[in-house]
Amino acid sequence: MNNAARRKIISRIVEALCALAVVLALIPLAMILFYVLTRGLSALNFAFFTHTPKPVGEAGGGMANAIVGTLILIGIAALFAVPIGIICGIHLAEYAGTKFSSIVRFAADVLNGVPSIVIGMFAYGLVVLPVKRFSAIAGGVALGLLMIPIVVRTTEELLRLVPSGLREGALALGATRSRAVFGVIVPAALPGILTGILVALARVAGETAPLLFTSFNNAYWSTNLMQPMASLTYQVYTYALSPYDDWHRQAWAGAFLLVMMILTLSIAARLAVRRLERMNRP
Amino acid sequence: MTTIMDMDVRTSAPAAAHPIVPETKPPALERQVKIRVDSFDFYYGPAKVLHGIKLDIPERQVTALIGPSGCGKSTFIRSINRMNDIIPEARAVGTIEIDGRNIYAGGTDVVALRRRVGMVFQKSNPFPKSIYDNVAYGLRIGGMHNKRELNDLVEQSLIRAALWDEVKGRLQSSALALSGGQQQRLCIARALAVDPEILLMDEPASALDPIATTKIEELIWDLKVNYTIVIVTHNMQQAARVSDRTAFFMLGRLIEYSDTKTIFMNPKEKMTEDYVTGRFG
Amino acid sequence: MTRSHDDRIFGLATGVFAALVLLIVVGIAFELSRQSMLSIEKFGWSFWTGKVWDPVSGVFGARPFIWGTLYSSLLALILSTPIALGIAIFISELSPRVLRQPLAYLTELLAAIPSIVYGLWGMFVLTPIIRKVELLTPEALRKFPLFSGPPVGVGMGTAAIILSIMVVPFTSSVAREILKNVPSAQREAAYALGATRWEAIKVAIGYGKSGIIGAIMLGLGRALGETMAVTMVIGNAPVLSLSLFKPQYTMAAVIANEFTEAADELYLHALIEIGLLLFIITIFVNIASRLLIWSTKRRTIRPVIFPIVAEEESAA
Repeated sequence: MNNAARRKIISRIVEALCALAVVLALIPLAMILFYVLTRGLSALNFAFFTHTPKPVGEAGGGMANAIVGTLILIGIAALFAVPIGIICGIHLAEYAGTKFSSIVRFAADVLNGVPSIVIGMFAYGLVVLPVKRFSAIAGGVALGLLMIPIVVRTTEELLRLVPSGLREGALALGATRSRAVFGVIVPAALPGILTGILVALARVAGETAPLLFTSFNNAYWSTNLMQPMASLTYQVYTYALSPYDDWHRQAWAGAFLLVMMILTLSIAARLAVRRLERMNRP
Repeated sequence: MTTIMDMDVRTSAPAAAHPIVPETKPPALERQVKIRVDSFDFYYGPAKVLHGIKLDIPERQVTALIGPSGCGKSTFIRSINRMNDIIPEARAVGTIEIDGRNIYAGGTDVVALRRRVGMVFQKSNPFPKSIYDNVAYGLRIGGMHNKRELNDLVEQSLIRAALWDEVKGRLQSSALALSGGQQQRLCIARALAVDPEILLMDEPASALDPIATTKIEELIWDLKVNYTIVIVTHNMQQAARVSDRTAFFMLGRLIEYSDTKTIFMNPKEKMTEDYVTGRFG
Repeated sequence: MTRSHDDRIFGLATGVFAALVLLIVVGIAFELSRQSMLSIEKFGWSFWTGKVWDPVSGVFGARPFIWGTLYSSLLALILSTPIALGIAIFISELSPRVLRQPLAYLTELLAAIPSIVYGLWGMFVLTPIIRKVELLTPEALRKFPLFSGPPVGVGMGTAAIILSIMVVPFTSSVAREILKNVPSAQREAAYALGATRWEAIKVAIGYGKSGIIGAIMLGLGRALGETMAVTMVIGNAPVLSLSLFKPQYTMAAVIANEFTEAADELYLHALIEIGLLLFIITIFVNIASRLLIWSTKRRTIRPVIFPIVAEEESAA
């Protein structure tokens, strides 16, 4: 039967093409990881972690200030986004059916899709313009805004997953709603929520665009939150665009560090999710 | 309380509702064996779910498979069109011959097999397309694209499935808008369109209300003139009404297989008797 | 009495934070509009049609950037969609069970790589390769507008390639979920009628059609807003061209590059107006994509926030 044979061949071809698609996607992944690993690792040295950047043209120096800067920035972001995100998520989970909740949920989704550079512009108008100064706080706020929708969503979903028996038990014992939520339900979902926060942190740690005109960059060591602050991402960007080979090497080192940081955070998050799921299963 | 034993089980028409009374076939008439099963074992991974099944299914009759849940009747019927192939850990040992050819022999064209052996599922599963496109699906993938041919065959199939009158004015409308019973008949039409010789039905009416169920049963009675039908059912009255032969399965084994009247009125095995009298199951 | 009072405070207090999130989104729209007023008033619609971007003489026309954004995103979609769908089909329908998790994880790893790292790799590794390819392009092809232009390596084509790599995990992840949620009864119906593997998959895709389109649009939204990786490989020249070789510019890239150099208010407002348009476009694309995705399936699908920990493949 000609028709049947033809159809089977077509099916085989398509199956092969799908496998090819997987390979095609893995090639750039492998390439990127390879280059980041080889070029980055070879450029890493002790000085990288302990020195600040040398003046233009001079060899050597490091990204100590940028590494610390990134940590400070995501710290500010977390400080800003975590309370707002969690409590908003609590509201959406507790009052899931209301019109208000649907609107807020929709807004969170919208926020999630806003390009990070636009968020940066917003943070610029909010925090930089009034004081006419770039600052770490502005950068932290921008990153925090990016984190909020992730935290909101994770919190809401996880709270919804908490078995209703827990809530009913608490309420039956006479607990008020806030007592039941904060005392019983949130703690039950807390490990998952923390994991979600880790994931959100990993994502914003790698952002550059929103920092371009908020925290700007700083070639010197600074922990002043009201001043521009160095960040790993911005530093890599600056070095990459420069004409100096030494700086290019350091850019790869910075990229390596970024990828390591994000991988570690996401693997930790995934392991935590698995272990917590195992713990919570009866 | 009326039990199976009290029902008037005949090899002719089922209870009152059916208008056409087919002639009673004398039991001595030899019928060709359409499906011959021999030493058939089936495994899901390490678990053996069918043990040494041996039976012959005659052509153009309705053979019912009954038994408590988990007895393997669904697994067995799905082996006849090799639907179990899509389950990764499934493995079949033994032979199932259709018209003398073992469908589990190496090199069997499974795609062609499934056109000869149609299947209707427990819960109707029409595609989210129009009624027409549902029935035409099998024809189209088979390479038929001529509008007139398709129109004819779609109409024929819908007539044979006793659905034509109800849908002839709205063939382009969505299949999902039909009622449960109509959707099931649509699935039957869809299966009939590719002109199978055998029709497998896995609890075709279990999700339907009594009226729709009756329609399906009447349909089966009409269809058996042209098709060999194997039907899985957990409803013993249905088996008694609709089938010519009945096979009783339990825990993956074929306990007893005979003409329907014998199984329900005069079973040889105690287990069969216990089951059909409702002592368990 | 005390209990309901307490509950009401709970509702209000948490509601305030929820309202804050809503306020932020509204605030962004408001702020962007306010801060681009000068430009809106001065140029009106000609801002979008004008081709000249000359900060020095104060003439601002954003058409090259709109073109660049749309063209690069479109190219990225053309490249990424077949691959993303292929991956989704392979992982959910074809691959052996053992491979599923690892492959899914690897694909999602692509989404975890920060865009600056993509940009770095694009600049130092991909661009030289593309340059070699451009140099090797035969003269005959050069005549076509698609391949005209200087073989510098940076350009629309390179940007499209990087963007497509970045977009693949998003589209594929959602498409995979959609396919997973197609009831197996649909495929079984197809198989029972003698369908081949691919034909049964087509039935599944047909069932999840709107969700898959939504997945593609999600990728589009991602591509539209991408900044760093694009600006490092596209050449940053405000040119309107079909050419894959020529350096061009996108909305996000021009904002990134010129924002801190905007000396006067009009310049700044013009850039912010571009940001406003980007905001509006991505909102619409994202809304459309979410609606399409949720129309196909149960509510349980999480929007792709950060794929790596988004969905634990169920053991079944």
